[in-house]
Amino acid sequence: MWGILRRSAVDGGGGFSASSLRRTRFALVSARSYAAGSKEMTVRDALNSAIDEEMSADPKVFVMGEEVGQYQGAYKITKGLLEKYGPERVYDTPITEAGFTGIGVGAAYAGLKPVVEFMTFNFSMQAIDHIINSAAKSNYMSAGQINVPIVFRGPNGAAAGVGAQHSQCYAAWYASVPGLKVLAPYSAEDARGLLKAAIRDPDPVVFLENELLYGESFPISEEALDSSFCLPIGKAKIEREGKDVTITTFSKMVGFVLKAAEKLAEEGISAEVINLRSIRPLDRATINASVRKTSRLVTVEEGFPQHGVCAEICASVVEESFSYLDAPVERIAGADVPMPYAANLERLALPQVEDIVRAAKRACYRSK
Amino acid sequence: MALSRLSLRSNNPFLKPTATSLPPSTRRHVSTDTTPITIETAAPFTSHQCDAPSRSVSTSSAEILSFFRDMARMRRMEIAADSLYKAKMIRGFCHLYDGQEALAVGMEAAITRRDAIITSYRDHCTFLGRGGELVDAFSELMGRKRGCSDGKGGSMHFYKKDASFYGGHGIVGAQIPLGCGLAFAQKYSKEENVTFVLYGDGAANQGQLFEALNIAALWDLPAILVCENNHYGMGTATWRSAKSPAYFKRGDYVPGLKVDGMDVLAVKQACKFAKEHALKNGPIILEMDTYRYHGHSMSDPGSTYRTRDEVSGVRQVRDPIERVRKLLLSHDIATEKELKDMEKEVRKEVDDAVAQAKECPTPEASELFTNMYVKDCGVESFGADRKELKVTLP
Repeated sequence: MWGILRRSAVDGGGGFSASSLRRTRFALVSARSYAAGSKEMTVRDALNSAIDEEMSADPKVFVMGEEVGQYQGAYKITKGLLEKYGPERVYDTPITEAGFTGIGVGAAYAGLKPVVEFMTFNFSMQAIDHIINSAAKSNYMSAGQINVPIVFRGPNGAAAGVGAQHSQCYAAWYASVPGLKVLAPYSAEDARGLLKAAIRDPDPVVFLENELLYGESFPISEEALDSSFCLPIGKAKIEREGKDVTITTFSKMVGFVLKAAEKLAEEGISAEVINLRSIRPLDRATINASVRKTSRLVTVEEGFPQHGVCAEICASVVEESFSYLDAPVERIAGADVPMPYAANLERLALPQVEDIVRAAKRACYRSK
Repeated sequence: MALSRLSLRSNNPFLKPTATSLPPSTRRHVSTDTTPITIETAAPFTSHQCDAPSRSVSTSSAEILSFFRDMARMRRMEIAADSLYKAKMIRGFCHLYDGQEALAVGMEAAITRRDAIITSYRDHCTFLGRGGELVDAFSELMGRKRGCSDGKGGSMHFYKKDASFYGGHGIVGAQIPLGCGLAFAQKYSKEENVTFVLYGDGAANQGQLFEALNIAALWDLPAILVCENNHYGMGTATWRSAKSPAYFKRGDYVPGLKVDGMDVLAVKQACKFAKEHALKNGPIILEMDTYRYHGHSMSDPGSTYRTRDEVSGVRQVRDPIERVRKLLLSHDIATEKELKDMEKEVRKEVDDAVAQAKECPTPEASELFTNMYVKDCGVESFGADRKELKVTLP
């Protein structure tokens, strides 16, 4: 209870970036007034603690991937787990995604609960047959005999300056497959709650993290720190309530959209920010309810624009809430190019706060 | 009497019985005798990085009879499936196993239902070997609810989890890492069981095989990779697809055994040996030299890349059922008539199962949306026209 109250108080304050100097006094004051010292947690620690707790609770849960053990994790997400649980629960694999992913899926067929790490989701393409044909479809093809309680996790989308082969967002690809669940956390609370839910879930879950979020700190409630904490799969979160325009997004872009919402508020536009949290199942109910309230939609994602998550949301809203729309739906996505290296080009290839603000204004029929 | 029959057949290179311990006085026709007898395999094993097992196979009259019956049942099932496919009652893909029955049957004789099996799309007989029912097989092939996958899998996706049979996989080679994963789980759970991972000579070149084998060897997984070398990957002969067609050696650091896959006793011996090996020493490869009479699938006549003489030659000289028939006759375990009667029974069994399956209903329309998830959590799903057909999974 306290956790929820504290969250909504802080939410009203705006962005969560630890490096941001714009953390409002309003947020700090409200936090102080609700609790004796609010806690903060990085996304990295949130993920690490989630895996740790689930491994502790269920001996069938094990971790597998490149450098997850002795190296402590390429991004330190699995730090300390090998020391704590030993080599029979934490497995360092050779650089053979097709092989170890297939082995993970086979172990899940037999009832174990693997947490398979892809160093980035770009490498998951080497194993995509096992994710889709061996994992996603098995329960259906076997009429319920073979379920696959596996989690595929790792950083997704663009990092900084890593170039075209290391920057793709796979949300749209995986979320199009029936039989998979696809989650994308933003905050530390999202990371903890969704990863714990994913590990407990009896179905295959693709868990899309973001490398640039790993080091970011977020306030975290006592409730979220409890080892039984879990977030529901398939439910989006309204990060900021508003009445003029609905802006949906996920993962790192949530931070950008919240900043955009601040800017829009200065100009008298009240934006409702929806953090999808779950790409599949997509929370169409929450999105449509919001659009029916605001009458305008801007969808934001980092990935390639064609056939993206935004396209699905736009289609859903046009199908279900057409008569409520007062403006055409807007999409802000990554540029329709492979990711360039040069910093200025990279910036142009990704959505920026000003793009989101501009689209929201367009939806509100406000010119620059 | 028995001795004279033996000498008549002593010219036959496929029958080299030794140390038969069935004295005439205890001989019974259609024998259910489980007294151990020892029979030598027709051909020796060839080994790689290990010592080959003995050619002397411990068996019994009852067991050899069961081999005959089980293989005859599998053979009839596949032939019935051929007819059903031509009658358009089976659709899509249908990959038949006739000729390879000794593999499915010999393997079962060496293992338990706690040992796991995973195979490719040529899975009908493997399913039967694991205790699957004929009616469930035919129903699945004809897309009926009674099918082993409720009609939602089809020919390539038979499963029987309660007998540790994990399918039935359509993607060539994918079952190999999956099978190593099953072995991983067995080791993780400290079970004293093994996994048999079946794949063909076509799949033997897949990269993921070597990835999975590397991990299996590194982690000492109780995985037995069984290459069902029927000499053709679809229409491509082994000499055209593999630089080295010595599949049992291609594990390099992993031991291997080459086995006459048409000799059910040799298969049994090899699988028994492999299980003992895998539990102590990790992965091993078994290359089973076998043959399929049908083409790759029902769309393939099987005669554009091999001669009819070759196919009929194998049928005459190496057929696994005929070999067991000769063994049963020469050891006086059954008479010709008894075996013919058994075949008639099996044929009736299969025909009855086909008739029963034909009567079974197709799945309900609502089954389109079932079994997507174990935990549906309010997921919505849609039909082709989402405004017409929209379902909330429970």
